[in-house]
Amino acid sequence: MTGIVDYNAGNIRSVELALISLGVPYRISRNPADLEDADRLIFPGVGEAKFAMRELKKSGFDVFIRDWAASGKPLLGVCLGSQIILDHSEEGDTDCLGLISGTVRRFPTDFPARGLKVPHMGWNNITFHNGGSSLFTGVPEGTNFYFVHSYYLDPADSIVITATADYGFPVPCAIKKGNIEAFQFHPEKSGEYGLRLLANFTGAGGTPC
Amino acid sequence: MLKKRIIICLDVKDGRTTKGVKFLDNVDVGDPVVMAEEYYRQGVDELVFYDIMASARDRGPTLDLIRRVAETIHIPFCVGGGIATVEDIRNTILAGAEKVSLNSPAVRNPGLLTKGAAIFGNQCIVLGMDVKRDIAMPSGYRVFINGGRVETERDALEWALEAEKLGAGEIVLNAMDTDGTRDGYEIPITKLISEHVGIPVIASGGAGTPDHLATVLTEGKADAALIASMVHSGDYTVGSIKKILASKGIPVRL
Repeated sequence: MTGIVDYNAGNIRSVELALISLGVPYRISRNPADLEDADRLIFPGVGEAKFAMRELKKSGFDVFIRDWAASGKPLLGVCLGSQIILDHSEEGDTDCLGLISGTVRRFPTDFPARGLKVPHMGWNNITFHNGGSSLFTGVPEGTNFYFVHSYYLDPADSIVITATADYGFPVPCAIKKGNIEAFQFHPEKSGEYGLRLLANFTGAGGTPC
Repeated sequence: MLKKRIIICLDVKDGRTTKGVKFLDNVDVGDPVVMAEEYYRQGVDELVFYDIMASARDRGPTLDLIRRVAETIHIPFCVGGGIATVEDIRNTILAGAEKVSLNSPAVRNPGLLTKGAAIFGNQCIVLGMDVKRDIAMPSGYRVFINGGRVETERDALEWALEAEKLGAGEIVLNAMDTDGTRDGYEIPITKLISEHVGIPVIASGGAGTPDHLATVLTEGKADAALIASMVHSGDYTVGSIKKILASKGIPVRL
């Protein structure tokens, strides 16, 4: 069973609907105790880092996710969930969960003048690094995924980067450290290849719909 | 490389998709959920649903339609029309929409952009603007609200810049003069706004041929092009449009 962390930070429904279309058993909850028996955990989220951290602390999910990561069971962060697993975010100068060492940084202020709008919004193709990840099985390099973000992942050790997308520079968009993986883009909003990633994570197998 | 997006707009009235010319004479063109699924299969990058009567009737967003669309397609979609409060934004996003488009309510209550962005992030907050040529305005274009029925004292460029500061993460710029005409986008205002704001601009109003899209995505500096009539009519598919754009060197997701 796949657990989905619901901490009042949007986007939860889209992830849920993607799992429904894959026929994957899941449980979505605002109470950490409900997800203790899950085999794997999706930590989604859209919104503002400071608000999200406050909600995580309020619900006890901050401790739950840290313990989960230490337990060795699979954890997948998505979008804001991918950012909050790093040490710190420049968004609201927020201390985050620190599961993977690194900082979440705002895109440079000179981006718009260079014709690079912020948020980085839309479909962008990815390039694999460090051998990619088994989650990309069946997904060709160069596939486009849907991005929406104004802050980007800057992990301390580049060995954790499994994919980047070019937007002014090679922007890390997938990271992996042991049982912890995360996507900056939205697999649940990236059409059939996005569903494939979620199928790979949840063990749904086969080609989705 | 980031791709130029092709976004299909579905104007929804009483649960059906409609299409008008210059905001009038709307005709029924189909079931929005069935159409959304077909365009998803064709490879559209994003969809926008506008509840075109919501603002005039002061009605909340059509959450049931949003839920059905979200169950059917797995690409981003934006919902506009009748979203006037933070609670409306929350309900729309929780129903499965990626973004909300705020048009008349943002003009009447600009603080809504700020509040919405603070809670949900500015990537969720799209400013919808209906603009019409008016030589009395500094940019040459005036902002209209209530589905184009009520004129405001706001200049198009000034409002775009203010909305960006307030928290809008994207702008859908709809030119009323070209809307539904299929004669081409309104290039001057699209270019002007796109060059002055730091957030993505989606051009809307007037698409009739793939060349029109090519022009607005290059000369007009738009980040995305909104289309409706040219695909609702069956004259083009998303695939046939993207193929032509790609042959002109415009980066698209094929």
